[in-house]
Amino acid sequence: MNALLAGHAMRAPHASFGSGFAWAFRRDIALAWRHPGETMLVVAFFVLVASLFPLGIGAESQILARIGPGVIWVCALLSAFLSLPGLFAGDYADGSLEQMTLSPHPMSGWASGKIAAHWVSSGLPLTMLSPLIGLQYGLTLDTLGVLAAALAIGTPVLSLLGAACTALALGARGGGMLLALLALPLFVPVLVFGAGAAEAQATGLSPSPHLSILGAGLILAVLALPSAVCAAIRIALD
Amino acid sequence: MSEAARHTLRVEGLACSRGPATLFRDVGFSVEGGEWLAVRGPNGCGKTTLLRCVAGLTRADRGTVSWDGSGTRDEREAFNAELLYAGHLAGIKDDLSAEENLDGALRLRGQSAAADAIRAALAEVGLEKRRHLPARRLSAGQRRRIGLARLMLDPAACWILDEPLTALDDAGQALFSRLLRRHLDLGGLAVLATHHDLAPAPTREWRFA
Repeated sequence: MNALLAGHAMRAPHASFGSGFAWAFRRDIALAWRHPGETMLVVAFFVLVASLFPLGIGAESQILARIGPGVIWVCALLSAFLSLPGLFAGDYADGSLEQMTLSPHPMSGWASGKIAAHWVSSGLPLTMLSPLIGLQYGLTLDTLGVLAAALAIGTPVLSLLGAACTALALGARGGGMLLALLALPLFVPVLVFGAGAAEAQATGLSPSPHLSILGAGLILAVLALPSAVCAAIRIALD
Repeated sequence: MSEAARHTLRVEGLACSRGPATLFRDVGFSVEGGEWLAVRGPNGCGKTTLLRCVAGLTRADRGTVSWDGSGTRDEREAFNAELLYAGHLAGIKDDLSAEENLDGALRLRGQSAAADAIRAALAEVGLEKRRHLPARRLSAGQRRRIGLARLMLDPAACWILDEPLTALDDAGQALFSRLLRRHLDLGGLAVLATHHDLAPAPTREWRFA
């Protein structure tokens, strides 16, 4: 043990928003990488459900192109929802959440890092796959681009809103059902403007108003929701 | 942990209730660097809640906890920088190895230890051969030993540990005693809830009626 002491790192702890963010982001990505099943499940759900609609409705290209953006958005929303319960529940159950709360890093730092990692392992793959799925609906190239752009702006909002809801539902019995009741209504505006953007493009209108509103929502969510998540975690641990 | 600044943890008039039941009230004690306080009492008397209140996880109804003279509620980050808390849940990720868990726990506390130091600490607690195994394949006692390695590497001045000897064998308990003695010698302080008699006898004791 004496030998240990000599090499003992006695440095003053350095803690900031950034270091907490980086810690949580790296850890959660590493954990997701170790168990790719969860991310694969989200992606597989998205691809399967979004592919069922063209099969069920038939190959009428006009109907498909009309409903495409909306259906893809609903599928993306449900897939993102599918991965939400695990965001804090695992860390809550094994005590990691207590350790993070008592760390010198500001809570909003590591909470934001976890949310960012959640988006990278759920929202980002969905966004990248969406043009492929859109091809099944016969969407034009422009519409596909707008759809992906809307998802790229909208899915982080879903992750942020969902994180606040999961944090609120932490420790509650029947948390899954509660989460659905809390989160899905909050997702509605994102769905409306997200699907609206691609639809506007498809009907020859400019998608930029929809995208701007989504962007404004994202900025608002980034600013406001991490502190809501922190407050909810504090309540859950109390 | 310089000798010049002797740390003090002071608890005054702490009261906590759960629903209609009052768990404790008027809990007060003060622990200085080099001392450790044993929290004792029968099961369910509120030891864990008291430790969680002191650490800042549970909000107390009344009373203050202060670290080096300033309230921990206001100076949260200054206190957290010196605090090492271990509750019933170890905060160990089943999917990560002992090495990764230990490294992650140190980084979370803003510390960084060299890979050699981490390996040496795991060897000291008897996990050298198993350091790459996912923690889910370790026994309860071995998981506790990851916590011992953390105590060894983390220079935090204030330990708040809830039943630190649970699931440890005799050798593990002896190792914990050595670590506690070293921690106190280095000027650290500790608040432990335990049913065991530890080798460095507690400097102070808080006993629930």
